[in-house]
Amino acid sequence: MVIATLCGMGFGTSMMLKLFIDDILKAEGIKAETNPWDLGSFKGNKADIVVAPVDMEPHLRDYPAKIVLIKNLVDKQEIKEKVLGALRELS
Amino acid sequence: MQLKELLIRDAVQAKLDLRTRDEVIQMSGEMLVAAGAVEPRYAKAMKQVMDDLGPYCVIAPGIALLHARPEDGVIRSCLSLITLRKPIEFGHSSNDPVDLAFALGALNKKSHISALAELAGFLSNADFLRVLRNSADTPALQTSLFSFIEKGK
Repeated sequence: MVIATLCGMGFGTSMMLKLFIDDILKAEGIKAETNPWDLGSFKGNKADIVVAPVDMEPHLRDYPAKIVLIKNLVDKQEIKEKVLGALRELS
Repeated sequence: MQLKELLIRDAVQAKLDLRTRDEVIQMSGEMLVAAGAVEPRYAKAMKQVMDDLGPYCVIAPGIALLHARPEDGVIRSCLSLITLRKPIEFGHSSNDPVDLAFALGALNKKSHISALAELAGFLSNADFLRVLRNSADTPALQTSLFSFIEKGK
């Protein structure tokens, strides 16, 4: 399972998301690879799940992956519910 | 690099009377320039990111994390914070208006990551946010922010 976290630069918001998701996966005992990307470099790459800030949605329409949009990027509960939900759907 | 090293004390300013998103970006850039941490062109680059990619940098209710690229004139990795007397609309679909604006300068893609992890942890802590929002002036904010970070909770 490959999870991509996205932001504009690939090392700010997306890195924070990756760190939260890695914590969540570890606590749940789930193995997955989480990679932060900037939007421009990511296009053309493969991921099973893409996690991104909600306002990036227009850039992700028609992307061939399960798209998870996060409103509050420091709310571990929101991130956990949405990411685990997406993982359940795909498993 | 730790958060207390990334955060520039003189670039932490409380209850500023700014009116627009662009004024917040400009002021953040000027504080980091004054600290010798970025070149003057960095503010314009942060504004360009917002114009190109939209207001996604409003990462949580009331909180913006502004940044541009290392090659946009970052001299050393740095972080500033402005708290606003009056919250400002950044155009985000659910997290507006903004009253806490951080600006990050990253020298490369790696050196600031442990500090960013610390910041992410603090930003998910309601007590931390209360301390930032309740600090009435700049000296109070600088003191309480650094002491909160020092205690690590």
